[in-house]
Amino acid sequence: MPKLSYLEAIQQGLDQAMEKDDDVFVLGEDVGKKGGVFGVTLGLQQKYGEARVLDTPLAESNIVGTSIGAAMLGKRPVAEIQFAEYILPATNQIMSEAAKMRYRSNNDFYCPITIRSPFGGGIHGALYHSQSVESIFANTPGLTIVIPSTPYDAKGLLLASIESNDPVLYFEHKKAYRLLKEEVPESYYTVPIGQADVKREGDDITVFTYGLCVNYCIQAADMLSEDGINVEVVDLRTVYPLDKQTIIERAKLTGKVLLVTEDNLEGSVMSEVAAIIAENCLFDLDAPVMRLAGPDVPAMQFAPTLEDEFMINPDKIKIKMRELAEF
Amino acid sequence: MEIKMPKLGESVHEGTIEQWLVSVGDKVEEYDPLCEVITDKVTAEVPSSYAGTITEIKVEEGDTVAVDEIICLLDTGDEQNETEQEQSTNNQAEDVKEELQNKQTTGSNNIQNDSVSANADGPKNNGRYSPVVFKLASENQIDLNQVVGTGFEGRVTKKDIEKVIKEGTSKTSSTIVAPKDSPKVSQQSAYNEPSPGSSIPVNGVRKQIAQNMVNSVNEIPHAWMMVEADATNLVKTRNYHKNGFKESEGYNLTFFAFFVKAVAEGLKAYPLLNSSWQDSEIVMHKDVNISIAVADEDKLYVPVIKNADEKSIKGIAREINELAQKARNKKLRSEDMQGGTFTVNNTGTFGSVSSMGIINHPQAAILQIESVIKKPVVIDDMIAIRNMVNLCISIDHRILDGLQAGRFMNFVKTRIEQYSIEHTSIY
Amino acid sequence: MFDYKSVGLEESDLKAMYKWMDLGRKIDERMWLLNRAGKIPFVISCQGQEATQIGMAYAMQEGDISSPYYRDLAFVTYMGMTALDSMLAAFGKRDDISSGGKQMPSHFSKREKGILSQSSPVGTQIVHGVGAALALKMDNKPNIAMATVGEGSSNQGDFHEGLNFAGVHKLPFVCVIENNKYAISVPDSLQYGAEKLSDRAIGYGMHGEHVDGNDPIAMYKVMKEARERALNGGGSTLIEAMCTRLTAHSSDDDDKYRPKEEREELKSLDCNLKFKTFLLEEGIINEQWLEQVESEHKEIVNQATKEAEKAPYPSPEETYTHVYEEGSLDNA
Repeated sequence: MPKLSYLEAIQQGLDQAMEKDDDVFVLGEDVGKKGGVFGVTLGLQQKYGEARVLDTPLAESNIVGTSIGAAMLGKRPVAEIQFAEYILPATNQIMSEAAKMRYRSNNDFYCPITIRSPFGGGIHGALYHSQSVESIFANTPGLTIVIPSTPYDAKGLLLASIESNDPVLYFEHKKAYRLLKEEVPESYYTVPIGQADVKREGDDITVFTYGLCVNYCIQAADMLSEDGINVEVVDLRTVYPLDKQTIIERAKLTGKVLLVTEDNLEGSVMSEVAAIIAENCLFDLDAPVMRLAGPDVPAMQFAPTLEDEFMINPDKIKIKMRELAEF
Repeated sequence: MEIKMPKLGESVHEGTIEQWLVSVGDKVEEYDPLCEVITDKVTAEVPSSYAGTITEIKVEEGDTVAVDEIICLLDTGDEQNETEQEQSTNNQAEDVKEELQNKQTTGSNNIQNDSVSANADGPKNNGRYSPVVFKLASENQIDLNQVVGTGFEGRVTKKDIEKVIKEGTSKTSSTIVAPKDSPKVSQQSAYNEPSPGSSIPVNGVRKQIAQNMVNSVNEIPHAWMMVEADATNLVKTRNYHKNGFKESEGYNLTFFAFFVKAVAEGLKAYPLLNSSWQDSEIVMHKDVNISIAVADEDKLYVPVIKNADEKSIKGIAREINELAQKARNKKLRSEDMQGGTFTVNNTGTFGSVSSMGIINHPQAAILQIESVIKKPVVIDDMIAIRNMVNLCISIDHRILDGLQAGRFMNFVKTRIEQYSIEHTSIY
Repeated sequence: MFDYKSVGLEESDLKAMYKWMDLGRKIDERMWLLNRAGKIPFVISCQGQEATQIGMAYAMQEGDISSPYYRDLAFVTYMGMTALDSMLAAFGKRDDISSGGKQMPSHFSKREKGILSQSSPVGTQIVHGVGAALALKMDNKPNIAMATVGEGSSNQGDFHEGLNFAGVHKLPFVCVIENNKYAISVPDSLQYGAEKLSDRAIGYGMHGEHVDGNDPIAMYKVMKEARERALNGGGSTLIEAMCTRLTAHSSDDDDKYRPKEEREELKSLDCNLKFKTFLLEEGIINEQWLEQVESEHKEIVNQATKEAEKAPYPSPEETYTHVYEEGSLDNA
């Protein structure tokens, strides 16, 4: 099986989705001729033509709104927002329109759009190219938010998102684009939306996380296994709505839970995970639910010392994991 | 000076040398281009970070190397300072690392210390229990005070209590409590003798007994003494009251009750035998709580007669009876087993005439009452047939020596010999 | 009135148009009555804009997509929302086709008739109309998509973004600004700086038309032309129709910011009245015909009102339905 990078996996997914279904089309800034500023959509316009891979004007609300209109007529648009930070002008269309379309029309209309956007830090992007924005949308019923952590999941979740008949926000970690490589099946396959995944089993502590932090947590866990500490790493994959069942099940096994996210601490999706565990697992908890997240400052900064202070890395995770294991 | 492959883009991890623009021996200024590099995003010229002379080209044209790998070396004439600087930054980094590691190890050391001290006579955990620990404790009737905590600050962790549940120690109320020492045989009911050639798994109660024995022998320097007492009058006295007692009270007036009474009085007179060695001090117990051994099949229990010095012979007999019943019916509670300050063992019940008991840690001594045997003895230069009984005491030689033990033993012996129908009150 | 013959209309068309204008008005008036009687909580009116709405509706064809705004009662009634549909929505009943009682009234939606679902944040429907036009173009359909909007909402970012996109791709899209000169209480002088909103078309690379919205025939003409233009590759059109808002903004507004004289004068500008007068003067209709229409519409409105009043409300369980596609997620 060929090894694909996270980026290549997404690219392959897009290609296969467009090949399978003529109603799938891609739109966004620079996605056509240039193939995207990271190269994710490279080659698609050559293959499928300008009618199906559109270079849009610089207007995010339009990108999403047009997608919604086309979707209401039966198309399956895959919109790209160039950086997660720039999704904010489209927030109205996403939350007021797309998320509520099926509900407000009482199932007469629905909105099968996928919005892809690169997020996350560690690439010297500073305040406006490093943010995590999932928490903004993570209590809007009608929306689904997925964040893959591996090339395999990236392709499968993308295809599942495109197949979904409801709007999906698909956040891809930009540092993972070329950093993560693994074997990815060449065939068309999907990974289920709404299901978390145990990426590493362990019986001392349970760590819930998503995005690039999954890889970092596994690295930290491998280091700690040399000291006899057995860490379980659970990848949320879909961060909204959360897979409550898996969260409760896995948290109960060890009673020691660590929640890791790159997002700011207060109000991240991990706050909801903590609430779910507190509500359902009280008599199985052996330690307070711990969180490791970015500090509560506006965003990741440019200077490397400042970025390192903000960004999560395996060493920070390892220290926190150990603290919990020894509690 | 080292020139390294620079990071030429946000998500770029490697680069290929397309073309070298300098050769070995060339003099370059700061920012002069050294080579052309291709990455999957850009093609770029790599500028020199220093002025100097190229001394070595480490990567060939067309080769791909990872970011931060050395691609060439140059001599700036400033070697010394650089390496020193590097050294100091490296040292700093290492210092920080060491500090971190030290913090971590002291952390875990503390925890170990805590658990060690928990193992000693102090509290076994810090008394803060998490929800899952409470739940497991109540489901399995574990006395949390007895669980050793290996977690943060001596906390009982889920794994600690799971361990305890597996091994089955220190349980509370209405369950069988771990018995110790030698048995007083009460009833042999349906006891499965292990067959030769098989192996018996050591767990639960037996494991605990073994552990206690080992602890006791390891810590306490045992010394041993035996005296012979004339129990003839005791026998007469007891036999005198025996039937009437059984009729009116409904249970047996055993010999053992008389011995225990004598010991209780002895302890009152010689309180040093009613003590414990704890670290660097000897703790004298106020109460005289006598542990007696009761056997049930292959299990040994050592319930306690509390405040034996305040009880009459009847009271002691009654309590012996009750405790034995409870043991037989598996109804001994942890309160019944706690607080013993001195142990009296009725080894005579299986015909022993002399035995060396192992002290019931952390007590100061254990007294074995051997068989009462009719023997010919010399009294006033004449031979008489008397009921003689050996009393064997093992003492903690840190606390007691021969003199104290001897005095105590003499007292007890005398008390036993003084029992008489006329002067002894059962009630 | 514009010359109807020159735009290919016949007398029967004019009569039909009047009837639709009248039906819209009658349904509207009944809703105000119900509101003032405390039977329905909210009304937002089309009165005074029927000419604009029926004029443009009459030029639409089967399969065209519309993304109207909340004042388009007459328009959507022509396009396929029955009087009963509107009444059910007004009462918030279960069988309301727009939303099953989930949305406020006048949030029109009927997929079967190509009416896209509307929301309350104004202006968002423009980009939806543009997106629909994109889909129609991709599929080479002989249809257009249109969106209507008030002059206030035409200042939303989505208006700019949507029209710009439509202009770039020459989409089969028509945007109609129903300019009644008031956005709730804010008058046009405070709403936009341009002299004519139709001039914005130049900025978006499309055709612009400024029209008397009170003349349904003129309205029909520009809409018909816009439609043909769109389907012939001529690109999009921005139409600004000048019309009159006869009522307050909604039943929750007292209209006091408009001086009394102004409100009195409005009555003379009533497009229905004007068209009726015109038709009578031309001899195309007579009083008898008008009486017939009157009683016919009264019957329709009464019937719709009665049925809607009796119809059941949605059950509380419906709170939880259709958040996601059924069976797609465990939570759905």
